[in-house]
Amino acid sequence: MRVLVCVKRVPAPGAKINVTADGQDVDTAHLGFAMSPHEECAVEEAVQIAERFEGDATVLTLGAPEAEEQLRYAASLGVQNAVLLSTDGTPWDPQRTARAIAAAITSLEADGGPFDLILFGNESADSGGYQVGIRVAHALGRPIVNAIKGIEPDIDGGLATAKREIDGGFELYSLPMPAVMGVKEGLNLPRYPTMRGRLASKKMDVTVMEAEGEAGGQGRVTLKQPPATESNMVKLGDGPEAAPAIVDLFEELGLL
Amino acid sequence: MADILILAETEGDDIVDATLEALTAARSLDGDLHVLLCGDAVDEDAAAEKLGAYGADTVHVAEHDLLNVFGTEAWGQALALAIEELTPDVVVASGTSKGNEILAIAAARLDLPFVANCISLPSELADDTDVELTRVQWGGSLLEDATLSSDTRIVSVGHHAVEAESADGPAADVQTMPVEIDELYARTQVVGREMAEAGVTLATAPIVFGGGRAVGSVEAFAPLEECAELMGGRVGCSRAVTNNGWRPHRDQVGQTGTRIAPELYVASGISGAIQHWVGAMASKKILAINTDAEANMVVKADYFVEGDLHTVIPAVAEEIKRRKS
Amino acid sequence: MSDFPSTANVVVIGAGIVGNCLVGHLSDLGWTDMVQIDKGPLPNPGGSTGHASNFIFPVDHNKEMALLGVQSANQYRDLGLSVDSGGIEVARTPERMDELNRRMTSAKAWGVEAHLLTPAQVKEHVPFINDDVILGGFYCPSVSVVDSLETGTQMRKKAQEAGNLSVFANTMVTDLLTEDSHVPGQRKITGVVTDKGTIMADTVVIATGCWSNQTANLADAYIPLVPAVHQMADVGPMDILAETNNEIGYPIVRDMDTFCYERQSSGSMEVGSYAHRPILHHPDEIPSNEEAALSPTEMPFTPDDFDQQMEEAIELMDMLGDAEIKYAINGLLSLTPDAMPCLGEIPEVRNLWAASAVWVKEGPGMAQVVAEWMTYGYPRVIDAHASDIARFYEQEKSDDHIWARAEEHFNKTYGIVHPSEQWEGRRNLQVSPYFSRQEALGAEFFSARTWERPQWYKSNADLVERYGLEEREVEWDNRWWSPITLGEHLNLRENCGMVDLSAFQVYELSGPGAVAYADYLAVNKVDKPVGSSVYTPWLTPDGGFHSDLTMMRTAEDTVRIVTGVFDGGRDSFWVKKHLPETGVTFKDITLETTTLGVWGPNAPAVVGKLTDHDLSQEGSPYGSLRNVELQTADGPIQATLFRISYVGDTGWEIYTAWDNGPALWDALMEAGAEHGLRPTGGGVYGTSGRLEKGYRLMGAELESEYTPVEAGLARPKVKAADFIGKEAYLAAREAGPIAKMCTFTVEDNTDSQGRKRFMQGGNEPICTTDGEQILDSHGRVSRVCTAGPGPSVGKHLLLGYLPAEMAEVGADFTVMYMNELFPIKVAAIEGSVFDPDDTRLKG
Repeated sequence: MRVLVCVKRVPAPGAKINVTADGQDVDTAHLGFAMSPHEECAVEEAVQIAERFEGDATVLTLGAPEAEEQLRYAASLGVQNAVLLSTDGTPWDPQRTARAIAAAITSLEADGGPFDLILFGNESADSGGYQVGIRVAHALGRPIVNAIKGIEPDIDGGLATAKREIDGGFELYSLPMPAVMGVKEGLNLPRYPTMRGRLASKKMDVTVMEAEGEAGGQGRVTLKQPPATESNMVKLGDGPEAAPAIVDLFEELGLL
Repeated sequence: MADILILAETEGDDIVDATLEALTAARSLDGDLHVLLCGDAVDEDAAAEKLGAYGADTVHVAEHDLLNVFGTEAWGQALALAIEELTPDVVVASGTSKGNEILAIAAARLDLPFVANCISLPSELADDTDVELTRVQWGGSLLEDATLSSDTRIVSVGHHAVEAESADGPAADVQTMPVEIDELYARTQVVGREMAEAGVTLATAPIVFGGGRAVGSVEAFAPLEECAELMGGRVGCSRAVTNNGWRPHRDQVGQTGTRIAPELYVASGISGAIQHWVGAMASKKILAINTDAEANMVVKADYFVEGDLHTVIPAVAEEIKRRKS
Repeated sequence: MSDFPSTANVVVIGAGIVGNCLVGHLSDLGWTDMVQIDKGPLPNPGGSTGHASNFIFPVDHNKEMALLGVQSANQYRDLGLSVDSGGIEVARTPERMDELNRRMTSAKAWGVEAHLLTPAQVKEHVPFINDDVILGGFYCPSVSVVDSLETGTQMRKKAQEAGNLSVFANTMVTDLLTEDSHVPGQRKITGVVTDKGTIMADTVVIATGCWSNQTANLADAYIPLVPAVHQMADVGPMDILAETNNEIGYPIVRDMDTFCYERQSSGSMEVGSYAHRPILHHPDEIPSNEEAALSPTEMPFTPDDFDQQMEEAIELMDMLGDAEIKYAINGLLSLTPDAMPCLGEIPEVRNLWAASAVWVKEGPGMAQVVAEWMTYGYPRVIDAHASDIARFYEQEKSDDHIWARAEEHFNKTYGIVHPSEQWEGRRNLQVSPYFSRQEALGAEFFSARTWERPQWYKSNADLVERYGLEEREVEWDNRWWSPITLGEHLNLRENCGMVDLSAFQVYELSGPGAVAYADYLAVNKVDKPVGSSVYTPWLTPDGGFHSDLTMMRTAEDTVRIVTGVFDGGRDSFWVKKHLPETGVTFKDITLETTTLGVWGPNAPAVVGKLTDHDLSQEGSPYGSLRNVELQTADGPIQATLFRISYVGDTGWEIYTAWDNGPALWDALMEAGAEHGLRPTGGGVYGTSGRLEKGYRLMGAELESEYTPVEAGLARPKVKAADFIGKEAYLAAREAGPIAKMCTFTVEDNTDSQGRKRFMQGGNEPICTTDGEQILDSHGRVSRVCTAGPGPSVGKHLLLGYLPAEMAEVGADFTVMYMNELFPIKVAAIEGSVFDPDDTRLKG
């Protein structure tokens, strides 16, 4: 069982995100970096599946050389292999990104055999394009379903059962492997790295490949702040007399 | 005059409200509004009436066995075929999970760009092959002005970005559109459903009643427990509480505990230390109950009750019981 | 929320541990109508308090830090917001074991219970420690873990409930309003502008932690501190910790040789580090509460800086390796150029106070210091001169300086720091006119704040042979020391020595009110004939020492003030603080004058070669100033001969214009050649010469906690004129001394390994012959204020206070050094062990 996880290095911001003066990017002066939260669950799932089925997990990212930090983070959680598709760090449009990743996967599979499962985060935390995983799956001719919150591989049957969260429950899919999924937070509870894991990850070799892909039809003009909204804190009342107002709120939110 | 194609998303035998948002947004474009309806789950006349009311001119019903149950690739191929057949200038869906997914599959098949989660549809979208769109980034914390260059502009409108507004239009024309769906795509059809499990976890509870240091003892959590039980929610707590041994660690919300994302987090007597906040910040709404109007949690909350949780929470429990009976 | 006020008696900016404790203490001391503001929300506005590890190790070699640590720990305890977890500093190296013995010594000094443990004993306390990698431990049962946020909240609420304080969170200070004060070059605070309105106030306190300098800059003032990263990672959970069902159930372990600590926090372990590269930030790089992912001062963790610490932590506690790193930060704390806090009134702006660069471990105590300072004019709980923000010179108030010093001392946080340890970087900021000559003579320079002073001259190495001197046996005792200094001492006593005193800070008061004002500052009478001088204490309002210096009546309306370089900033600020509105002009003439001291039996012969002036006790009496012309190779120069001695042999401080310095130096060297004159360093002037004569030093023997009566510096009569602290001084004279300053001789320097040891003067406790700590009736501990050699008396000498009833010449005591007791004897009380009748001064 071989699992590939594709992750994206994104800033880890607070409640307010600043934009650089030229409007081209998030101002990361104060910020650390992480992979998107959905992808943390994808990595956790890949590690768990690799552990359960004595397989191996590979993590791949497309981005600036600094994105190696996220690859090593994944390694510190138990991923065995890492691939960096190196760019100059400027934002790539979704089509270009997908083309480069698909090409890289094809090349990796030519050397190491097919990945039974390729996991993407449902969408990236920053640009939220909702399409890179789908475009890659299409390029590889593989089935894909998004919004997955449960995966159960059946190796003998060559199938992977996937649960997609919908209102009031889940839809079930049964994808023949090799398959691609876009997963969501809640899929599992991602572990944190251990100190030993962190130290071991420092020693992992990262395969570096030049990212190549033809630009698509979407471009960035500028990033900007949304129009300011007024402070929306509503005081419901004082003391126990506020109880009816509180329960009104429960009803308003459909909780009662 | 441009042609606009809107993807209808269905749930059971009905069209979801999000599709009406997309239609409402598409009305701002100067063009004929075509809606693609996949499969036979929804009665086509009812659909024509509902969609027509929101401004649809024509409903195209894609017919194929594989479309009668939702399947990502089948629906995506159906949309791609409809685009090829109708050659719309603009393709729109609501930016729901499935809306974005089907648009992306169609865009991938046709090798076209796709711009997700626009906050509105500018009128140039209908006419120009190079347009500028404003879309959501960072879940709404930022906006991006993006360019889209394509003869066929595929975009989604952020779910809830536009309020659905009826145009009181007449029923739309219905046209059937037989399509050839690759049988292979049965592989991504829904094969079953599972209803949500009974009982909720802290991580999945729709409402969480959190208690902090101010609760003061093991016993004093009883009213919070009662509220949680009445509401089908769970009790969470801050680190100070577990440190004092009043609750087990599994109830701890925070950086080093559980991260919650309920519809409503009722934070009682919680000051809002950042470690706790990180675990609670994904809550859709927060109600803070606190004696200190300047507490971190109050400042960040959507709703606030100034008062002592020891009197407020029992009163809330009584009020819930009164309304339930 | 009440309406935003337009006036207040005092505005405290900042609601971290310091600001909160400060408003609580001020309220207790009777302050009313106070306003406290913070730009962040409460109870955690996002500063360093919010992420502090919150533990207090009460043992420190520094008196101020140690006693305020204990004081703070007690304040936390009194609120019930503290747990005595105990703590162990473990050693991995023999050098650290020596240091732990030194810690035992300091524990004894401050009366803190402590035990040296074997590795096996350490393991009994901390079962998960790897005792194979440690050589021993220093166990302190009273190490405590405190709740600093809740303590701050309660202190703040106390003031609110007393009706003395209004608090405004989420309020940003955008400007500080000032106007000119009556002192030229100084302004005074008038108000605080915030995003919610302007508050006019006569007194404002900056307690904004990492942001303090940014806040001070709003008033064009400067608080020299820099935010620096302290890395911390929380790993867990671990069963053995969770099973304690406690915030902390095992002692905190400080892994001193790796500069790390392991502190249990509930089910997990916090590993903190002072080992990584210094990571400093400008305050404007700190994100706002909104921008920060965690909090402004919990900056993104940079794991590459922590890897080595992880390896070492796993080596010490294997279980840490498999626990998850759940939370890790680059936490900000404040560093200053000299690793001490910034407290007190800011010299540039009257009534604008700093309460900055204070950590949680000493927060409540430091807040009390500032509250008392604001209330009484000087702190009562402890002498705070080393934390006084007025101590800094201009060259120390620059980012370059602070950054360089902070980078140098950050890794010494858990380091083994010698009491005489010198800075490596940012040296030669201020050198004397003789610097190039001194360098040529191989001077070993010691820095005194910004100034460089020769401690000894390698060119005098021949004196070691001449007098049969030796290096000290143990490297620690020999570090930052040379037997050359003994040679220079003996040569001065036999022939003569010349000492560069250019670092003296020299001020001038002039104008019709100058003499009267000088007398208002000084205990002893300044209003004496022109050409006379007075050596005098300046007192705090409570009658303790603020300063100890010389004042000279240089003209009818002019008084010159000469003080030491360590006290220049504090003393000039004190003069400006009390300066009358009219009639007196203050001027700093330090860089206009230079001073050389010439002392020894041959000093009159040497100086006599440069002048025809009568140098006898008639022509140049002790304590007098005589303006003379001195012949140099460059021609005659004007100079002032001040007959005085701080080393016990006759001679002069010779003052001349800065530019005349080199000529004077060359002339004295040439004249002295045939009289055995040698350039002589601070080792003689500041230590051995002074100690043999029992001369007291401000900041060592003399502190605000002691009175002139106790220091043996009270004159028989009290002058009629009023002066600061007079009432308290009269009361102290009436009551008699509670303690007395004594000179001790070390009777046997041999330790248990048969080695000769030499106390350094680092607060070593003076104990009974049974080794018991000695406290006077005011709770002040007997400890070594200064230690050093007495080459002319053949014994190592110590200065320290004893309870008055125990102070008796010939009485036996012990001194603890490196955790061993050495026998000592009281050799002198008011007098000196060398030439007690001062016959040599009259030569």
